[in-house]
Amino acid sequence: MAEVTAAVVPAPSASGRVPGRAGGIGIVVEHHWRWYRRNWRATVVSSVLQPLLFLLAFGVGFGALVSGSGRVEVATGGVGYLVWLAPALLAMSAVQSAAFESTYPVLSGFKWQRVYHAMAAGPLSAAQIGLGHLTWIALKMFASGAVYVIVIAVFGGVTGPGVAVSLVAATFTGTAVAALVMAFAATVENEGSAFTGLFRFVVIPMTLFSGTFFPVDRLPAVVRPLAWVSPLWHGTELARSAALGRWQPLAAAGHVAFLLVLLVIGAVLVARQFRRRLTP
Amino acid sequence: MSDALVQARDLRKRFGAFEAVRGIDVDVARGEVFGFLGPNGAGKSSTMRMIACVSPRSGGSLQVLGMDPGSDGPRIRARIGVVPQLDNLDTELSVRENLEIYGRYFGLSRRRVRAKAAELLEFAQLTERAEDPVEPLSGGMKRRLTIARSLVNDPELLLLDEPTTGLDPQARHLLWDRLYRLKREGVTQIVTTHYMDEAEQLCDRLVVMDDGLIVAEGSPVELIERYSTREVLELRFLPEHRPAAGELAGLVERVEELPDRFLLYTADGERAQAEVARSGLRPLSALVRRSSLEDVFLRLTGRSLVD
Repeated sequence: MAEVTAAVVPAPSASGRVPGRAGGIGIVVEHHWRWYRRNWRATVVSSVLQPLLFLLAFGVGFGALVSGSGRVEVATGGVGYLVWLAPALLAMSAVQSAAFESTYPVLSGFKWQRVYHAMAAGPLSAAQIGLGHLTWIALKMFASGAVYVIVIAVFGGVTGPGVAVSLVAATFTGTAVAALVMAFAATVENEGSAFTGLFRFVVIPMTLFSGTFFPVDRLPAVVRPLAWVSPLWHGTELARSAALGRWQPLAAAGHVAFLLVLLVIGAVLVARQFRRRLTP
Repeated sequence: MSDALVQARDLRKRFGAFEAVRGIDVDVARGEVFGFLGPNGAGKSSTMRMIACVSPRSGGSLQVLGMDPGSDGPRIRARIGVVPQLDNLDTELSVRENLEIYGRYFGLSRRRVRAKAAELLEFAQLTERAEDPVEPLSGGMKRRLTIARSLVNDPELLLLDEPTTGLDPQARHLLWDRLYRLKREGVTQIVTTHYMDEAEQLCDRLVVMDDGLIVAEGSPVELIERYSTREVLELRFLPEHRPAAGELAGLVERVEELPDRFLLYTADGERAQAEVARSGLRPLSALVRRSSLEDVFLRLTGRSLVD
């Protein structure tokens, strides 16, 4: 029976081909972009409104409370609290959205919607699928950050073009964090308490004690090393030096190197965990 | 190398200490519809995943489209289509977008995927719903969309893992019709199923799997001829009238005792029924039917396929 069919109908030849290494990552980004075009309204709240509230509460509200005492200027090195805070908020909001975007959406890709499995049935590699999603998160962070910069400028928190470098530094920091979180999320089978634990015991302490709202040197000496291992502290230092024009080349190189190492480790782990999960 | 699209020799898959596939030989020829039949846990899906190049084999050899999945996975995957057991559509995109973006994964241009999506919407009878999101579609529509999606790269080999599980009869027949059309177009298909009627409808040739091994191979008709009789007499009894299996054994070639009924295998069901009546037994109901793959499976494994 099979032979008869084979003889009558010419064998079809498939039109699919294997996209290149970067091309494959680009297609994953395109997939997320298609989703975003439809659903961007839902994400505006978390990516812009939430940082705006932080800006209002701390930059404007708290800032007014502490200004004029002279003690703020001592801590900020002579600039107003809002100007000092704004680039740090940029980094903080990047890290927060990085953590969020690389937890539940990643678990959904593996488990609920299983979109990663659909992608993996095609010619892309597991690494391209993971790194494509990471690239999308980075692009989205950059775009939300750019909107945030405009909002900060409206409130008078921007003093010069250095803030553009702050935006890049914030995105870089967020991407390093996203890579590590994504590699972790790829090992999570059930939502359970894994992600709430991550937010409660890692992300929130990190946002509070990384020099965002007050300089790290105001912390007790024993706690300070915790800030030094926090990627957000490194990102905050970079973003702030850029915005305020206070570069210290050696320190900046150290911050960049630290974040770069995290990003590379994160990317390697993402590729490995995605492969383990998608092609057992 | 022969014209086999898939060739496996002593193929094995281990997960830790558990061996899901324990050494199978498979040849799938171009143009045929080939079935893996067996209960849950028989190793069908593990085998399919190895053929689909998303699960490395633990032992033996495997060639798909003449290439080795271990080293040519992406190139093989570019030329096959996969319909997974669980739908994995992007439910937040529209029906059309699902087709278009999936085509992009296979390196097709945006223009090409637009044209292909329109064609596949027709094939899946989903043109009316093209701009709707996927979420509210019925199970049958989602399944049709998943099959349409798997065709976006004009695959030479289509893998369908339990394609109609969970669908109502009407939706199943519509799907079978689409799969038959693909067969006529020359698309080789490999289907796993635990539905006997599906295997009989779709497959030119199939293997019966049980416990990680192939226990029989042939066309549905051949398998029935080889492992069963032409007809089956099904008898149900009230508990107080239920005879011992031995009392029935003399009447026919073979008797299977199930919890709720007896299956009497015979060339002539009507005659067996008359003899049952003559022997003084009083069945609550008696039904004569043709042998099916279900009977083949029962014979080969001693268990029924769907509990």
